[in-house]
Amino acid sequence: MPVTTINGREIHVDDEGFLTEYDEWDEDLAKVLAANISVDLTDDHWAAIKFVREDYKAQGETPTIRRVSTAGGIDTKKLFQLFPKKPAKKMSYIAGVPKPHGCV
Amino acid sequence: MTTTETTLVPNFDDDETDRKIAFICSKGNLDMAYPALVLANAALGEGIETHLFFTFWGFDMITKSRMHDLKFSPVGNTAMHMPVGDVRIPQALAPLPGMQPMATKMIKDQIAALGVPEVPEFLDQIVASGGKLWACRMSADMNKLTESDLYDGVEAIINASDFIEMTDGAQLLFI
Repeated sequence: MPVTTINGREIHVDDEGFLTEYDEWDEDLAKVLAANISVDLTDDHWAAIKFVREDYKAQGETPTIRRVSTAGGIDTKKLFQLFPKKPAKKMSYIAGVPKPHGCV
Repeated sequence: MTTTETTLVPNFDDDETDRKIAFICSKGNLDMAYPALVLANAALGEGIETHLFFTFWGFDMITKSRMHDLKFSPVGNTAMHMPVGDVRIPQALAPLPGMQPMATKMIKDQIAALGVPEVPEFLDQIVASGGKLWACRMSADMNKLTESDLYDGVEAIINASDFIEMTDGAQLLFI
């Protein structure tokens, strides 16, 4: 697994750049990750990111768009507005968890 | 282990907007409704322009009075087996009364257990994700149906030429 330097810290990531160590994430890091992919974080973004992190911790896997919408209460349309084009991957990246494995 | 000085950032291909995909949904059996819905949903999640065209038996997927009640039949399906193990249902038993409701319930339960929605709710999700639904003119005329009989998320009833024109440059999948 590669190690990359983000915000002056060494961070473990996979070959694409997704964080592999849940505990290396913090909110300051998330701000840098979001900036890396041109997402300006608002309260709505934070709500989604926090749900993704909590759900990953509780379920052991990254929630899909559908799960963020049904269990996290942020509707699908909104997710596509907040994280254009690829909400599931962008949320995972900023939240410091792997890409979702589920199909739906 | 490699350490990179520069930050490794996933490539989300935000500028690559020209990929387009269209699904032709021609079947009204419950099991054949899902492949297009799952793949269309995945395509939308990848930021790809996605269209679904409902034709012939696939029209049931978007007909208000039928979309909630698609069926699955084990008749003619030699791959129909019990959920656990390799026990197949003999084809001679497949047409017996009660088999179709049982098989339909079984497959619905399995789909629900994965958190995958039923057909109408799945269409809601696809529309919310920006997917476009189109109904086939000939199927509408054959079934004597108008737009008011169809799921509200359907954009319009269009003819074959419209569909061909609209999917210029798209990847096509007939299901």
